Amino acid sequence: MELAISVIVGFMILGAIYAIHARDILSAVIAGGIVGYSLVICFILLKAPDLAIVQIVVETITLIIMVAVVLDSSRVEAYGKFDSRAWVTSGTAVLILAILFWFLKEASATLAPFGENSMRMADAYVNGAVDRTGSVNLVTGVIFDFRGYDTLGEATVLVTAVLGVLTILRIRGKKI
Amino acid sequence: MTVYWLCFILFLTGLYGVITRRNLIKIAISLSVMEFSCFLFLALIGYTEGGVAPIVDMADPVKTYVDPLPQAMVLTAIVIGLATTAMLMAVIIRIYRKYGTFDIREIKNLRG
Repeated sequence: MELAISVIVGFMILGAIYAIHARDILSAVIAGGIVGYSLVICFILLKAPDLAIVQIVVETITLIIMVAVVLDSSRVEAYGKFDSRAWVTSGTAVLILAILFWFLKEASATLAPFGENSMRMADAYVNGAVDRTGSVNLVTGVIFDFRGYDTLGEATVLVTAVLGVLTILRIRGKKI
Repeated sequence: MTVYWLCFILFLTGLYGVITRRNLIKIAISLSVMEFSCFLFLALIGYTEGGVAPIVDMADPVKTYVDPLPQAMVLTAIVIGLATTAMLMAVIIRIYRKYGTFDIREIKNLRG
């Protein structure tokens, strides 16, 4: 299981690197879709069918929005020449990433090994959840019953984002 | 452990894109890559070896389930991620209509 997921995550990394370096913005967007759809496969392998369903819908919508934006504007990536400033930027970025990776690697030593989840928190949710929430699906029970206020906040964020998109796209800007 | 490290590398790939790219669309893509790696990390933490999907089978109640709590959190985060991405793309298309470019070096009115 760990090997299969590692291979898929490696594939996601390659897709992300191609998306970052592509010359054509449309192919960058499509290559970004590789990452999202591979994540669906990972969720199925990790026994999370609800996440897989939601992720495949969300990724499709995101891809449609991005493709619509790209087709409505310009596809060419404006590449300048690779001057000294770009060298400084890339060097700093790689340095920061190396330091961050070292910290993450050290921090991951405190994690339980893969596949040995302690379920310390989840025991309270799993035991007798069907009697208390009436939901056979435990994820639904957690979302809509034990953590109902989280879902209320999520709905608030969603409504705010929709209002924001409508506001940004509707009002005509002042001509400057 | 390898799979956690690969997950970190995916996050750092997204961070690299955010730092070095100058195209707004590519920055948005890199941000969603970082988002996806966080989702993957939470789902990886919740996995239990030999567990089944957290759906209770009344006929056979004694089973190991994978942890439903990270899954519920990721479910919330995925939907919020869609909302923020849609908002980001709306801002980007407004910027393109005003300046005619995605290049952040040429959007000079925002400079202090």
